[in-house]
Amino acid sequence: MTVQIKVTSIGGFWETFRHSGIGVVGLIMVVIAMGLAVFAPWIAPYNPKTPVRVSIEDIYARPSSEHWLGTDDAGKDVLSNFIFGARVSLTVGFFASFISIVIGGMIGIVAGFYGGKIENLLMRLTDIMLVIPDLPLAVVLVALTKPSLLNIIFVIGILGWTGTARLVRSQTLSVKERKFVLRARAIGAGNLYIIRRHILPLVLPLMVANTVLVISLAILNESTLSFLGLSDPTTLSWGQMLNFAFTRGGMSAGAWWALVTPGFGIVWVVLGCTLLGHGLEQILNPRLEAHHLSVGAEMVARPTGPDGGWAREGEST
Amino acid sequence: MRGHRYLLNKIGWAFFTIVFVILLNFFLFRVLPGDPARAGLRDPRLTVEAIEAIRARFGLDKPVINCFETLNPLRLGSCRVNPLQTQFFIYVGNLLRGELGISYHTNRPVAHMLVERLWNTVLLVGAGQVLSIFIGITLGIIAAWKARTTIDYTALVGSLMAWSLPTFWLGIILLFIGSRQLGLPIAGKVTPGGNFANMWEEWLDIGRHLILPTLTFTIVFVGEYMLIMRSTVLDVLSEDYILTAKAKGLSTFQILKDHALRNSMLPMVTIIALNLGFTVAGAIQIETVFSWPGLGQSIFEAVGRRDYPMLQGAFLLIAVSVILANLIADLLYSYLDPRVRAS
Repeated sequence: MTVQIKVTSIGGFWETFRHSGIGVVGLIMVVIAMGLAVFAPWIAPYNPKTPVRVSIEDIYARPSSEHWLGTDDAGKDVLSNFIFGARVSLTVGFFASFISIVIGGMIGIVAGFYGGKIENLLMRLTDIMLVIPDLPLAVVLVALTKPSLLNIIFVIGILGWTGTARLVRSQTLSVKERKFVLRARAIGAGNLYIIRRHILPLVLPLMVANTVLVISLAILNESTLSFLGLSDPTTLSWGQMLNFAFTRGGMSAGAWWALVTPGFGIVWVVLGCTLLGHGLEQILNPRLEAHHLSVGAEMVARPTGPDGGWAREGEST
Repeated sequence: MRGHRYLLNKIGWAFFTIVFVILLNFFLFRVLPGDPARAGLRDPRLTVEAIEAIRARFGLDKPVINCFETLNPLRLGSCRVNPLQTQFFIYVGNLLRGELGISYHTNRPVAHMLVERLWNTVLLVGAGQVLSIFIGITLGIIAAWKARTTIDYTALVGSLMAWSLPTFWLGIILLFIGSRQLGLPIAGKVTPGGNFANMWEEWLDIGRHLILPTLTFTIVFVGEYMLIMRSTVLDVLSEDYILTAKAKGLSTFQILKDHALRNSMLPMVTIIALNLGFTVAGAIQIETVFSWPGLGQSIFEAVGRRDYPMLQGAFLLIAVSVILANLIADLLYSYLDPRVRAS
């Protein structure tokens, strides 16, 4: 199935996007999380960095008016830690996925555009990377280097590009055969010029939709590595909070507030990104949603729903 | 003849990938800092004899590989050494004999420890996979059949949520609920010190320990299988032969069972194989949370104990298992769909 991009202007894009329910919900969820991260010092009731004097009652204290979500193993406010934790998770998500998208995009475009031996080589490399399980490799890489935020970003970034590379390659392959590319070549345009002016603008929208999905994967990976104890103990991320609560007696203390809260943040951001990504994908890559069994007893050779893919394709060509 | 070439090609690539993993495994652990045996050598309190003894014990006194005394490109060594006396070929030779080194922590051979644990992981992953594939396929067909209805959207949102759950967090929550409300065991594979009258009782005990990890596994993977099955079935249901089947007067159930399910199963085989890498990631997290004595937990423990031979061995075993499982899936796929071999 060829991918058709119908939306060309930003305004038109927004107009279509507004009507995709899940996309808007996802966008709102992501914006809330980003707001939390940016304005953390103003929102959070306590600053996690300030030292506190704790007595035995302050450790895993139940939620109260003073600490809305109770306290953790060090007697710190869980809600404040949670709000500040958004910063680390989102930072890792954005930077790691940026690395992945750049590597994946470059490999995909080069492989799709040049073809032949180069394509073969790059796609074989992608296949190998796809087969080697990510998490164990990430664990090995982070364990062998110093567990710092920068290393985690880097490791997640260089392991997460395979999906993007495949997607971009297939899109490049279909764009490459379009008439305007052939015409540009005929009037003597160079490879780099064609990639920059004709291929990239048509591949970029799909890459943007893909980025959002890669961000959610990166955030999941970061939290997993932190939970496994592979993050810098001084950076406060949601995975780190879960690691502390789980390994330092939160379970036997029955401290559900310390165990549930950070995970809720991860689910919120990952779900938000996933919904947003799917919303964007639906616009950029509309799929057939009506089929022969969904029209009841009727015999319809070409099912056309209100939003059916075929109907829209018919209009645009 | 063509079929043979396809098989050889696939087997060749699996072999090449395994070689790549072995190279990666060997050089990563030598290039990157962190191995205590190497880091310890820089301790100024050690005498020259002690350093030499440590180097000899871990084989570090030999050149890494021909022309490279160490992996420092500025300090090249002699190229005229017997390749069999280099660290790399000693490592490969040991691998071929099934030796993965001695654990720093237990001082036992890594290979023995890993084999014990491999079967526990296979048990856990097998139970979880069978359940999640079965439920995922069923839900996926129903969601595609009822596309764009409330049932479909509920299943869709549900599986997206399941996908967004960090596996370890779901495990923690299920463990919390299961152990406190339902009285299920909180950790391990069998009750410690349990005295079992017969095999049956022992398996019953293992089964009780398996409930929560398997449930976690199933919830995490069911969503993904459902989403993929749904989109594959949607494609199949738009094919003309479905219209033909409908025109012949077949019931919806017959069409779904004989046409949609059969034709959608082919892509599923590939997806399930490709998914094995994620499966391993899930196993690491679930085994860590539930202290299930499998490969995943041994990776977690090895990291905490800085037990690098164990980490290296576990990574190699996991990577090679996933590559072989992928190969089997490829071969199975070509058997199920002969068109693949011909193209």
